[in-house]
Amino acid sequence: MNTTSGALVGKNISKTYAVKGRADAVALKDCTFHFEANKLNVVMGTSGCGKSTLAYILAGYIAPDEGNLTLDGQPAKGPIGNRLMVFQETALWPWMTVEDNVTFGPVVRGTLSRARAKARSHELLDKFGLGDFKTKYPEQLSGGMKRRAELAQALINSPDVMVLDEPFRGLDVMSRELMQEYFLRLFEDTGLTTIFITSELEEAIFLADRIYIMSDAPGRIVDVIEVDLPRPREVSCLTTERYRELKEIALKSLYGHIKTEENDFAIS
Amino acid sequence: MNTVVRNEKYWLMAAGYIGAIFLWYASVKWLPISSFNRLPDPLSVIREWLSPDPSYGISIFTSDYYVHIWYSTYRAFTAFFLAVLLGVPLGIFMGWNAKFREFSGALVGLLRPIPPLAWVPLAILLFPGVEPAVIFVTFLVAFFATTMNTLVGVRSIDEDYFRAARCLGASRTDILRDVIVPGALPHIFTGLQIAMGAAWFSLVAGEMIAAQYGLGYVIWEAYNLIQYPTIVIGMATLGIVGFLSSAAIRWVGQRLMQWREESLGLGG
Repeated sequence: MNTTSGALVGKNISKTYAVKGRADAVALKDCTFHFEANKLNVVMGTSGCGKSTLAYILAGYIAPDEGNLTLDGQPAKGPIGNRLMVFQETALWPWMTVEDNVTFGPVVRGTLSRARAKARSHELLDKFGLGDFKTKYPEQLSGGMKRRAELAQALINSPDVMVLDEPFRGLDVMSRELMQEYFLRLFEDTGLTTIFITSELEEAIFLADRIYIMSDAPGRIVDVIEVDLPRPREVSCLTTERYRELKEIALKSLYGHIKTEENDFAIS
Repeated sequence: MNTVVRNEKYWLMAAGYIGAIFLWYASVKWLPISSFNRLPDPLSVIREWLSPDPSYGISIFTSDYYVHIWYSTYRAFTAFFLAVLLGVPLGIFMGWNAKFREFSGALVGLLRPIPPLAWVPLAILLFPGVEPAVIFVTFLVAFFATTMNTLVGVRSIDEDYFRAARCLGASRTDILRDVIVPGALPHIFTGLQIAMGAAWFSLVAGEMIAAQYGLGYVIWEAYNLIQYPTIVIGMATLGIVGFLSSAAIRWVGQRLMQWREESLGLGG
């Protein structure tokens, strides 16, 4: 895995959706950020603040109206190929076994032989505790297991950057906590540049090197909080004094900016 | 527990058959309607069917019986396989390519409602001899059922499955092979079942009008020659052969869609 690459920098990115019969919806406005390489960058915002629009722009699914995006200094236009992978729920095809689902990417692109892809998928699936489920079909897995299989499906492509848009939403609390720990292990083992989008503060602090706070719509990054909890992290860090302080700082920032927006609105 | 439920199911099935046969017996023997009374009762039909020396020449001990079954089965399956061979690719192509769908959709929409019997005169004029004409008429209905269900199958595949494949770098042919065909397969097999039923339906109609052999011919001929038990033997045989051909399709479908069996907890 590449050691120091995957810095994603966005400058003044704006995106407006035209909605028929209604005022245009401004999803992002002047959104500027610097996601550092080999860090776990968490974007945190309330629902409807344009987080998913940001994810789509990073993935290259949609183009911003204004502003530019660079990956390691190179302009990133359209889908950035195999360098950046987007984690997707519902990316498993029910008619393929878990193993075939995971090997799909490298096999169709021809980057790995079928045998190599198979061996690599076994490594990943074993690591994610799915060793006994290689030949099962997705519908036979629990929600948490599906997410892990989907992670393996994205990671087998050895991306430089991984974008995850609320990957653990819809899971029950137990599976969610388990997934966070799996994900933490994974990141701490690989140092893969990660952009993790969430609306859950606890999740953000537990995982992040840095939290990028997003304002309400139109969304932009309004604050960056360094999370200096030591790594490797255990669940026990959630009970430390530093965690509580960070939570307070983040909450203050989050509410502060929502209030500021309202004040701006009142003045104008 | 399970065996009790299953036993109950077989008892209910048996009760259905016995009830129907009793109704038949009662209406022929006891109903004061003369047109009903001239029909054969169940006992005389079974006696004729199982007789080594049948009064009207058709029973399970005569080779003629099997010649007729063979002719009908051969025609139905020839028409069915032609329909699958042409209908499935056509349906997939229509689902895959929007331009082609618009081009061909209107034509199919206009031709499909024409009842198979309406094609008989044209089929006799078009083809040399009765055999291909009957097969053609049988083919037509099966073909439309296969095409339309395949098209619906392709169209009903979740957009997520396409997006995930594209995202992992799949080409259009990869998507065709790994997403469209397996994704549409459940609908395709529903279409094949309908096609098989429709094939028998129009085959018998065709045989009654145009053929020299086959179960439809047997029924019509027996009517003309006032050999009433043979009418019912022909009908019952059609029921059995039709049921077996649908079961064969179901069986093939279950082999091909192992993932559905396992996902639904039906398989091992």
